[in-house]
Amino acid sequence: MSAVRAVLFAALVALNIVPALAVQPDEMLKDPVLEERARHLSRELRCMVCQNQSIDDSDAPLARDLRLLVRERLTAGDSDTKVVDFLVSRYGEFVLLKPRFEWRTVLLWGFPPAVVLVGVLLLWITARRRAVEDSPALTSAERNRLATLVEGQNRDGSA
Amino acid sequence: MIPELGHYALVLALALALVQSIAPIIGARKNDPALMRLASSTAPMQFAFTAFSFAALTACYVLSDFSVANVYQNSHSLMPLIYKFTSTWGNHEGSMLLWVFILSLYGALVALFGANLPAALKANVLAVQSWIASAFYLFILLTSNPFLRLANAPFEGQDLNPILQDVGLAIHPPLLYLGYVGFSIAFSFAVAALIEGRIDAAWARWVRPWTLSAWMALTVGIAMGSYWAYYELGWGGWWFWDPVENASLMPWLAGTALLHSAVVMEKRNALKVWTILLAILAFSLSLIGTFLVRSGVLTSVHTFANDPARGIFILGILILFIGGSLMIFAWRAPLLKQGGLFAPISREGALVFNNLFLVSACATVFIGTLYPLALEALTDEKISVGAPFFNLTFGPLFTPLLLAMPFGPLLAWKRGDLLGAAQRLMVAAALAVVGIAVVYVAEGGHDLTLAPFGIGLALYVMTGAVIDLAERTGLFRLPMRVVRSRANGLPRSAWGTALAHLGIGVTLLGIVCETHWGAERIVALKPSQTVSIHHYELTFDGVIPREGPNYRELAARFSVRHGGVFVGTMEPSKRTYGSRGTTTTEAALMTRGVSQLYLSLGEPNADGSVAVRLYHKPLVLLIWLGAVVMMFGGALSLTDRRLRVGAPQPPRKSPAAAMPVAAK
Repeated sequence: MSAVRAVLFAALVALNIVPALAVQPDEMLKDPVLEERARHLSRELRCMVCQNQSIDDSDAPLARDLRLLVRERLTAGDSDTKVVDFLVSRYGEFVLLKPRFEWRTVLLWGFPPAVVLVGVLLLWITARRRAVEDSPALTSAERNRLATLVEGQNRDGSA
Repeated sequence: MIPELGHYALVLALALALVQSIAPIIGARKNDPALMRLASSTAPMQFAFTAFSFAALTACYVLSDFSVANVYQNSHSLMPLIYKFTSTWGNHEGSMLLWVFILSLYGALVALFGANLPAALKANVLAVQSWIASAFYLFILLTSNPFLRLANAPFEGQDLNPILQDVGLAIHPPLLYLGYVGFSIAFSFAVAALIEGRIDAAWARWVRPWTLSAWMALTVGIAMGSYWAYYELGWGGWWFWDPVENASLMPWLAGTALLHSAVVMEKRNALKVWTILLAILAFSLSLIGTFLVRSGVLTSVHTFANDPARGIFILGILILFIGGSLMIFAWRAPLLKQGGLFAPISREGALVFNNLFLVSACATVFIGTLYPLALEALTDEKISVGAPFFNLTFGPLFTPLLLAMPFGPLLAWKRGDLLGAAQRLMVAAALAVVGIAVVYVAEGGHDLTLAPFGIGLALYVMTGAVIDLAERTGLFRLPMRVVRSRANGLPRSAWGTALAHLGIGVTLLGIVCETHWGAERIVALKPSQTVSIHHYELTFDGVIPREGPNYRELAARFSVRHGGVFVGTMEPSKRTYGSRGTTTTEAALMTRGVSQLYLSLGEPNADGSVAVRLYHKPLVLLIWLGAVVMMFGGALSLTDRRLRVGAPQPPRKSPAAAMPVAAK
């Protein structure tokens, strides 16, 4: 039993790591407009058994199946959104390389602009605070000292 | 015997590191010169031991000692010598050994070249450096020992993963680590400054050469990795926003920000607290990168949880160092006095702008890389964050950065003249507008987004860098004689700045051209059939079987004609490595100027035809040449006179050149 499993596993591994071409000539659609749409969609869909590869880039058999599926739906007349919706309903959000904006991804999409905004805000606050801190009126002691200095200077000059 | 000696040397290095972690700090507290000086001798000794240990592992690989488990798993007696050599770091254990080897190298360099550092600062820096070293020695010795033996030594090894048997990948990790680990020096200086509670402009000058060398190595390292992925993975992409790539990009972004903020600190004694924080962040991101790549967390949060020993250990190191340093920062940073004031429109202001957007870009890569992991760990839901997300968020952050970049060097310190700078950049803006118009018209006027704007931006950035130099030397305004003497008198760092900024423009130009005008053909060809792409015709001549040292390959020969004239042959192939039974695709590249033809082979079909993927990649080499230009900019800046005054002298420099300056 375990020997059978080992062989099966080896076969699976071999299937996955033998590189072929990502998009094969026989997969491509005759209609260049549809094919271009298919390529475009493929770049935004993840090959789920790969590490961070789109189905357009991946050599895995699963990616090929998905590419064929995308083309099948497009030929059947589906819009791009419908194709994507179909794939999500079948494979979950995991298939999208660009996650949709929803409550789970608010933090993800909101983070980059938030960092810029917080940065600007912090800069503004620091600038204001420092403007107040760094130009304080002279204390009376300092004013006296300044007066003495100026006086001394004048006396030196007149002498 | 060799592996045991290597192992033992590493244990001795750990012992030294532990001493160096504690004694110099006590020395600095008690003002005991002997204890402080201790670090100056333990650091080079540590390096000697790790170097020995590393050499021992290399020897095991070169001699194909398969009684060592690590060598057995990652080498093969028939492998070419160079790959036996480089497979030393082509695996987890060996690459961690390389990591500590480089760490101790930096420590030794600080000890040797930091003669003019204040004794207490030097002692503290080397102690902090040793905390990091101790943690990683322990990590290797406890969880990732490369010297473990096998009871029954096998006759043959299992070979190195074939895609790693490549010169590009052989040099990539050492360069990357020189960068990653180089930021540890900035980190140690930052923590040492916090311990002392004192920091000044001299600090920035001491840190600058180290940060600069780390940044240079990281720049070239990332470019090298990108070029490797481009030709080796076989589908012609050069950046995938893969978490492993992001792991190296984050420290680069933070390090670039650090280089710029350190300039402000050095010249104007401002942004001190921020610079310290950036120094901590740059190295923290290097640690996070190490964690991401080395713990297996990327494959899946769950595989990480299944085999946790290594992952948990690095996570512990991560929490200890990042958390610890940030705590010291929160506690001690308020003690640091704020320095010079500046108006928002000034050189300082421009550099703050640079920092804002670089750090935001870094934060974007950070959240994009870690969000799926965090979400899965917390809610068990899986989402993917890939290239489309990063392309969408990264562009808007980099555009203002690049628009502002040429302004920076043209603004004066303290209070700058924005209008004056804008007037001086008129030529650059005009060129950009011309570029946008030409591309817009040439593209048939239907696309006003990426291509025309990208080309315009690249032209603007490159011209901006030239204008910076022209303004400083008085080119076109003053007689040539004056220009020449001014150019001679210009500090090397000014040349370096302009060159590095020029490099960014060059890379951008390559990216835009490759992305927008790259052409692709995917076809099945039979012998003597021809495929054409962008004025090139490729004829499939036939298939040639060949034997390599440790592989068999099937190469397909193509004759390439440009406008009917024969220009050469291309031979993409598929290799089968017997020992692992794996196949790799070896793409064929033909370089024409800075553009390339890229040909990659697919599966042979039953009817005798073979599938090929052919690309024409216009100006693609500029992407990596730009990085090389940036590196040269950094190198020029590194040789600046100013950095030699009272600073740890950068390596590779004749003592004679530094003497008169040091004597001042």
